[in-house]
Amino acid sequence: MKRRGFFRPVWHLGIKEMRSLFRDPMLFGFMIFAFTVGVYSAGKGSSIDVRDAAVAVVDQDQSPLSQRVISAIHPPEFKDPVVISQDELIPVMDKGDFTFVLVFPPGFQRDVLAGRVPELQLNVDATQMSQSFTGSAHLAALISRAVTIHTQRRLVDSALPVNLVTRMRFNQTLNSEWFGSVMELVNVLTMLSVILTGASMIREREHGTLGHLLVMPLTPLQLLLARLWSMGLVVLVAGMLSLRLVISGGLAMPVAGSYGLFMLATALHLFATTSMGVLLATVARNMPQLGLMAMLVIMPMTLLSGGTTPYETMPQLVQWLMNLAPTTHFVAVAQAVLYRGAGLDVVAGHLLALSLIGLGFCLISLSRFRRSLAAA
Amino acid sequence: MIEAQGLSHRYGDVQALEAVSLTVAQGELLGVAGPDGVGKSTLLGLLTGVRKRQHGTVRTLGGDIDRPAHRQQVSQRLAYMPQGLGKNLYPGLTVSENLAFFSGLFPDGAKNRRPRIERLLHEVGLAPFKNRPAAKLSGGMKQKLGLCCALMNDPDLLVLDEPTTGVDPLSRRQFWSLIEGIRAAKPQMTVIVATASMDEAAQFDRLIVMDGGRILADAAPDALLRQTGTAHLDDAFIALLPEAQKVGYRPLQLGALPDKDAGIAIEAKHLTRRFGSFVAVRDVSFRIRRGEIFGFLGSNGCGKTTTMKMLTGLLPASEGQAWLFGKPVESGSLQVKRDVGFMSQSFSLYPELTVGENLILHARLFLMSEADCIRRTQEVLRQFSLSRYRDSRAASLPTGVRQRLSLGVAMIHRPQMLILDEPTSGVDPVSRNAFWQLLVRLSREEGVTIFISTHYMNEAMLCDRISLMHAGSVLAKGQPQALIDKAGTDTLEDAFIHYMPAQAETDNTAAAPLLSAKRVQRNRRPAPFRLTRMLAYSRSELQDLLRDPVRLLFALLGTLILMVVLGFGLNSDVEEIPFAVIDHDRSAASLAYRDNLLGSQFFSGGQLIEPPANADSVLRHGDVSLVMEFPPGFGRGVYAGDQPEVGAWIDAAMPGRAESVGTYVEAMHAQYLQSLAGTESTSLYALHTRFRYNQTIRSINAMVPAIIPMLLMMITAILAALSVVREKELGSINNFYATPVTRMEFLLGKQLPYLLLGFINFVLLVVLAVGFFRVPLVGSFPLLAVSALLYLFCASGLGLLMSTFTNTQIAAIFGTMLATLIPAAQYGGLTHPVASMEGLSKLIAQVYPTSHFVDICRGVFAKSMGLSALWPSLVPMALFGVAVLILCRWRLQEQQR
Repeated sequence: MKRRGFFRPVWHLGIKEMRSLFRDPMLFGFMIFAFTVGVYSAGKGSSIDVRDAAVAVVDQDQSPLSQRVISAIHPPEFKDPVVISQDELIPVMDKGDFTFVLVFPPGFQRDVLAGRVPELQLNVDATQMSQSFTGSAHLAALISRAVTIHTQRRLVDSALPVNLVTRMRFNQTLNSEWFGSVMELVNVLTMLSVILTGASMIREREHGTLGHLLVMPLTPLQLLLARLWSMGLVVLVAGMLSLRLVISGGLAMPVAGSYGLFMLATALHLFATTSMGVLLATVARNMPQLGLMAMLVIMPMTLLSGGTTPYETMPQLVQWLMNLAPTTHFVAVAQAVLYRGAGLDVVAGHLLALSLIGLGFCLISLSRFRRSLAAA
Repeated sequence: MIEAQGLSHRYGDVQALEAVSLTVAQGELLGVAGPDGVGKSTLLGLLTGVRKRQHGTVRTLGGDIDRPAHRQQVSQRLAYMPQGLGKNLYPGLTVSENLAFFSGLFPDGAKNRRPRIERLLHEVGLAPFKNRPAAKLSGGMKQKLGLCCALMNDPDLLVLDEPTTGVDPLSRRQFWSLIEGIRAAKPQMTVIVATASMDEAAQFDRLIVMDGGRILADAAPDALLRQTGTAHLDDAFIALLPEAQKVGYRPLQLGALPDKDAGIAIEAKHLTRRFGSFVAVRDVSFRIRRGEIFGFLGSNGCGKTTTMKMLTGLLPASEGQAWLFGKPVESGSLQVKRDVGFMSQSFSLYPELTVGENLILHARLFLMSEADCIRRTQEVLRQFSLSRYRDSRAASLPTGVRQRLSLGVAMIHRPQMLILDEPTSGVDPVSRNAFWQLLVRLSREEGVTIFISTHYMNEAMLCDRISLMHAGSVLAKGQPQALIDKAGTDTLEDAFIHYMPAQAETDNTAAAPLLSAKRVQRNRRPAPFRLTRMLAYSRSELQDLLRDPVRLLFALLGTLILMVVLGFGLNSDVEEIPFAVIDHDRSAASLAYRDNLLGSQFFSGGQLIEPPANADSVLRHGDVSLVMEFPPGFGRGVYAGDQPEVGAWIDAAMPGRAESVGTYVEAMHAQYLQSLAGTESTSLYALHTRFRYNQTIRSINAMVPAIIPMLLMMITAILAALSVVREKELGSINNFYATPVTRMEFLLGKQLPYLLLGFINFVLLVVLAVGFFRVPLVGSFPLLAVSALLYLFCASGLGLLMSTFTNTQIAAIFGTMLATLIPAAQYGGLTHPVASMEGLSKLIAQVYPTSHFVDICRGVFAKSMGLSALWPSLVPMALFGVAVLILCRWRLQEQQR
């Protein structure tokens, strides 16, 4: 009886939260948008690998060899090269029209065949960091192959003492849509759960309904839990639907691991993020403050989680700090389960970390919430 | 002055006005009386053009008020004060700042603004509080200030929507004498006042009594009394009602307290509450018997609510103690909450839930059994005549019905005691009568103790005992009639004022000079755009921002912190890739291969998997990104020319990174082959790669010019969006509807402060980039600054556009995040150059301003490009900004619907 008396109000308050959410058509619309169009377009639009890089060539040789090299540069990695003159080199690079400009010196073919080792110049716009770096390595390999084939001199191949066999695992075709969309899903899950929970608290305070709840036989813990489960559930269901329909449906991503395990991880992650939302709401005094604060917390949390750039390249201090953010662990689990098909044994550590982080945030926000109520 | 014909108005299914016609002459003082929800506010809104007309015609001040041109022209001669305490004020601004804002909206404001504001403040007795934020004024002071603000333009037509609802008697008296003074000074001014209180209605020249969207009577107050043969306007109103609506009305009679020794329900001893140095409640003691109706009377902010909160245990007392039914009240005690029903001052139910849902939710929260919940909900619906509203959302109910719902919710668990904080303010006489009948029955028949605070003197007369409170202290206590007798006055209101400390009654006679300022130049066609009006909005927005240092700090410091974090953390350099080795060979050759990998800066780790396992299962853990696998007999094969195969298993969960890893493995493999051959490479040609603009290939140099635009976009857009949606939620948007401000002035005025804030932000970010991160800025800073302004113009415009679509702040925050974070990060060229986009993405990237500003930032920071090279990026930004502003202007409504 006592247990029932504790959980029943939590249940009904949660239902109330959901009703309020569904009756704000604009907010609900934005939510649908984020989980469908947002996730889909992130998949379609975000590729940090080299695709369609813009290349120009200055061909001062005009020989069959230079033509051969130029024709070797083609989609999908590169756009078909555009031929420009030497004078245009600096202006087009300044404007950022091309990331790469390859310059063939006069007499390139002649010198190659004569073994004079001519210099081939590759100009790279280094402001386009990721693309310029990998792209230049790609181009170098392309050129080398083209020149080798042309000269009919299989310089190393025939005599190779060791062959390197590279196998890309878990995403053989290096399809970046799958990566981008899943990371966006993680971001939307995080963003929505923090904002929805935080904003519902602030709203309750701004509209004076919080004081009203306090005169009822409810404890702060009940008020807190009601919010956590309801907002968490809404976001969880939307997220799983998005994974099923948009990512594995619309973008045809094969899910390697178990949905159930991913759902468990998502639930734990949401426990942590919704608790963070409550925590922010106890710090913020009004909605604009909450908006700014949420942004300040969410942006680093999602950008540094390892979903945008690799975790291990971050400075040690940042890595250490990010270990306290739920997103870091959630991204690790998402990648392990969805792409690599990892089982519980592999991700158990991260799940434990998520639970501890969630519990920590929950306890801190509970104590802050209690204190803010006492002072109200 | 005003001619209205056949006005009808409906909100969804609710008919708010039905064929109302009336004329108002110049100089008239017209009262519009009637309970809440009968269409008074709608009528006033239509007469002033604040609300959009649906049917009928209105001619106000000599023209069709629904025509924008006419409205624009006459809006300077018209003043409108919306319903609700201080609804036209900006809560964060001080008294004098609010006045300055309004004076800026009207021509002639700037010149003699300062002396005029000083005089006004002095005359209405607000001078001592001129630096106090409006939010911290008492209700009466808020209304006086609201009136001053409305009078800033010296109007010919003054429209007040329930100006004194919720204001204490003394302030009410002061407010009316202020109006009288104004009318004496300017007899040609027409004043229309809506009121739900019949006490007040008696003083008007002419009274329109409304009910159900129709006019019941239109006459002078005494004529009305004579016509209905009643002595009091409350009764007259009831007499005018159709028979069907009078059901249940009967004069109230309070029986004697049945049982003299029923026991003590509430006892309080020396209750004191301090907030910092401010004493809200000072040494309050009382004893209330079971079944008694105890009234608490006093002005707003006198400590009534605080006392009630201490009694319910919501607020711990600083000193003193209270007992409920003999048990001491402890803060947060659940038992107290089960015994007490509490109804707070503000409407505090869930507006988006229906009436039925609100009731059953609370029943369930009190842990009643499910069957009981349903039964009790039905009972309350019937008792409070809420049955026909069961499925309407609470937000759509008229105030009177909402109060009934609040009381219903407070009584849902059949409490032994009811604590009611101004339950009837703004409720019509019939409902109030029904409400009190209910209270009387509860008290006398069921022995429920009722502790009630009120503004209505006639309600106070109904209580067994009352307590008069002022400034935290109890002035007098006893039976109402006894208090009147003791003071030697006729009415309780006079008695109350009699008991008040002498200094509280401020001199309020000389309101006449209020309007003596120079008459405004009239008949001149108002300018379509006025800088002063725009700046008035900018100034008040800026002041509001400065009043909230936390928001300001987050906006400025936040971006800096973000940039430091992202600058350090977002590193796209691929280095120290962790790898593992599965070695089936264990030869010198395989070890050499591994050492070769370890020798580069690209790879690290290289631990041996023992015993040799499946490469996939190693990768699955995610600890390493690469597994090198050497087959058995690798070492022997290398020298025997068997061409053995080395396996490189790469984790492609992050495709972009996998590609880099693959490239590096191949490069290191080539190096290994060369070391095997022991000779220098016999290359056919030399590839010379020049990394331009960033020779050192520092990530940060490339990141900073892309991060700055992203941060500026988000922060600026969110703040701008909230600034408008906040006005919508808090009600001050009415000023925009009711004053001559044009849409452009409003939009640009709101945009300007955020442009300024964004620009400071921008300068700080650049200083951080150059000074802290040592990112070279090779181009011209002024050029960058001008582009930044243009970009911020786009960003704040985008925020304003979002605000025209959303009505709640949550939706605005989330929507703006979606509209900025995703396009700015994905289509801004941050990670993926615009040049390599295709189709729709390319189109978005070309339209959205971030990509252009990223180009400019990169151009100026790294490439030293000039205006001639950058204008192709500036033009689309400018076009975007202007287009967004035009879209905003089109979306922004000038009238309420």
